[in-house]
Amino acid sequence: MLDAHLVVEVGRFHLDLPLRIGAGEVVALLGPNGAGKTTALRTLAGLAPLSGGHITLAGQDLDRPDTRRWIPTERRRIGMVFQDYLLFPHLTALDNVAFGPRRHGADRRGARQQAAGWLARVGLAEQARRKPRQLSGGQAQRVALARALAVDPALLLLDEPLAALDARTRLDMRAQLQHHLARHPGASLLVTHDPLDALVLADRLVILEQGRVVQEGDAATITAQPRTEYVARLVGLNLYRGRASGNTVVLEDGFRLTAADQHDGDAFVAFRPSAVALHPHRPDGSPRNTWPATITGIQRHGDNLRIQLTGPIEVAADITPVAAARLDLVPGHTVWAAVKAAETHAYPAGPAC
Amino acid sequence: MSLLDHADTATRPAVGRSPRRRRRTGRIPVALLVPATLGLLFLVLPLAGLLARTPWTTLPTRLAEPGVLTALRLSLLTATLATLLCLALGVPLAWLLARVRFPGRRVVRALVTVPLVLPPVVGGVALLLVFGRRGLLGGWLDSTFGITLPFTTAGVVLAEAFVAMPFLIIAVEGALRGADTRYEEAAATLGAGRWTTFTHVTLPLIGPGIAAGAVLCWARALGEFGATITFAGNFPGRTQTMPLAVYLALETDLEAAIVLSLLLLTVSVVILASLRDRWITSP
Repeated sequence: MLDAHLVVEVGRFHLDLPLRIGAGEVVALLGPNGAGKTTALRTLAGLAPLSGGHITLAGQDLDRPDTRRWIPTERRRIGMVFQDYLLFPHLTALDNVAFGPRRHGADRRGARQQAAGWLARVGLAEQARRKPRQLSGGQAQRVALARALAVDPALLLLDEPLAALDARTRLDMRAQLQHHLARHPGASLLVTHDPLDALVLADRLVILEQGRVVQEGDAATITAQPRTEYVARLVGLNLYRGRASGNTVVLEDGFRLTAADQHDGDAFVAFRPSAVALHPHRPDGSPRNTWPATITGIQRHGDNLRIQLTGPIEVAADITPVAAARLDLVPGHTVWAAVKAAETHAYPAGPAC
Repeated sequence: MSLLDHADTATRPAVGRSPRRRRRTGRIPVALLVPATLGLLFLVLPLAGLLARTPWTTLPTRLAEPGVLTALRLSLLTATLATLLCLALGVPLAWLLARVRFPGRRVVRALVTVPLVLPPVVGGVALLLVFGRRGLLGGWLDSTFGITLPFTTAGVVLAEAFVAMPFLIIAVEGALRGADTRYEEAAATLGAGRWTTFTHVTLPLIGPGIAAGAVLCWARALGEFGATITFAGNFPGRTQTMPLAVYLALETDLEAAIVLSLLLLTVSVVILASLRDRWITSP
């Protein structure tokens, strides 16, 4: 459905993002702030031009600088949900949704009928006569979604659609959004920095850092085998890169980790923060991966505590309050960290994907 | 969270607020208070003087004199027509200045404000040079369409619009710059072209700004004197607006001038106040 290669150069920022999305597929574009997610979305919508590459949607070239092909935003078959929705404040919910169909040739009555249908589908038939300022955050989000879907877009663009909601509404809206995205016959691109949104809503994840794709794949692959520190942090893993020979991986600074898997050559080693045990003294016996580490930070993490440690490697450890009580947990203190080889996972660090 | 709440309420309990505010008002510097008071007096005293010298006993008969109502009606009519003309031309110009990047935009913006700094009499002379019978456009207008503008009611409208339009443009351009252009982007993603976006999204969003600009423009047009008398002359019933009538009366009959001034003042204050309530303060 969508076949694009987005190349944008603005000053020192360089975006280079190949992107294909099939009909009915939902792709999440995930990345830290400034990675180029919003830029990518704006080029697809025609709100910003490409410097190179191309955008082809449903067989039609929308933007191809080589051939000076450019279709303006209003003639692209897209729908967009903005982060803060941008519902027209002077129109009712119904007229906001009817705005698109009206511009696409429907008469006033027809457009209103379509709009009423969409509002009913997102469960807002009752709120049709309300102005945006009389809607709650979740309701405004659904009106924005209905407004974008009402133009029957070949490509639906969602810019952080859940970011403006409070935690509780967000949970509810995420489930509803999943329902509607699953029913949308066109391609969908979701930009987010929330991994949970991406994992729940998308069929495929594309991870962008500094304008480049660092990893792409389905949720299971990415959560099991992150390839950059950003992705590892996103999915909550400790991640290190080094050279493997057999069970041992030697990291760049010479630190050795013993892993459960055998590899030779460049490799990643990943383990969960909960696999790290902390001891007040050097532990005797089994774990082979043991090292002294200095506490740099302590946060609550669910029912547990997440301890940030520095030392030969930076590591996050999750420990229970019970275990914490036995330790002197003060930033600056040194403890012994241990990870069982069986709980580490090594995989080759080949090219992304 | 609860800790934060406590801390928050502890820093500003209900009793803690008012003494602080009282202390702050007590500290108004004399160096500011004195000139502020003088400034207010300076603006209000002339109005008080006007009221003090008003011949209240003969007021009804003087108001009923034939020329008075004619001048008032002409003033209101021409100021309103001038405002409509300014809206029709000024809003698109403001849009161009605010939304379209073009070479020489800064120069155009400076040119637009020229009538603000130009003495209105000079504006009237300039209008005569262009639209006068022998002017750049006036001769052509006369010979082709048989239209003469100087010394007609249409000329009054033209003179007032010339002087008042910058007020409208500046207000509308400010409103456009303040408006979130992303609403226009949202409209584009929904299939609206630039014209539809302008009429269906931009105009409603800056409605209050346009209203404020139109009110300013109207008030300026209503009080216009210099350009009008130069370009349109002073013919009762045709080009003699209230300010012109006041000026004329001043030479012969001070009391008549006072009555006319009071009338103009009352009418404009009443209209501006009612518009302000209806349009400008509403979101």
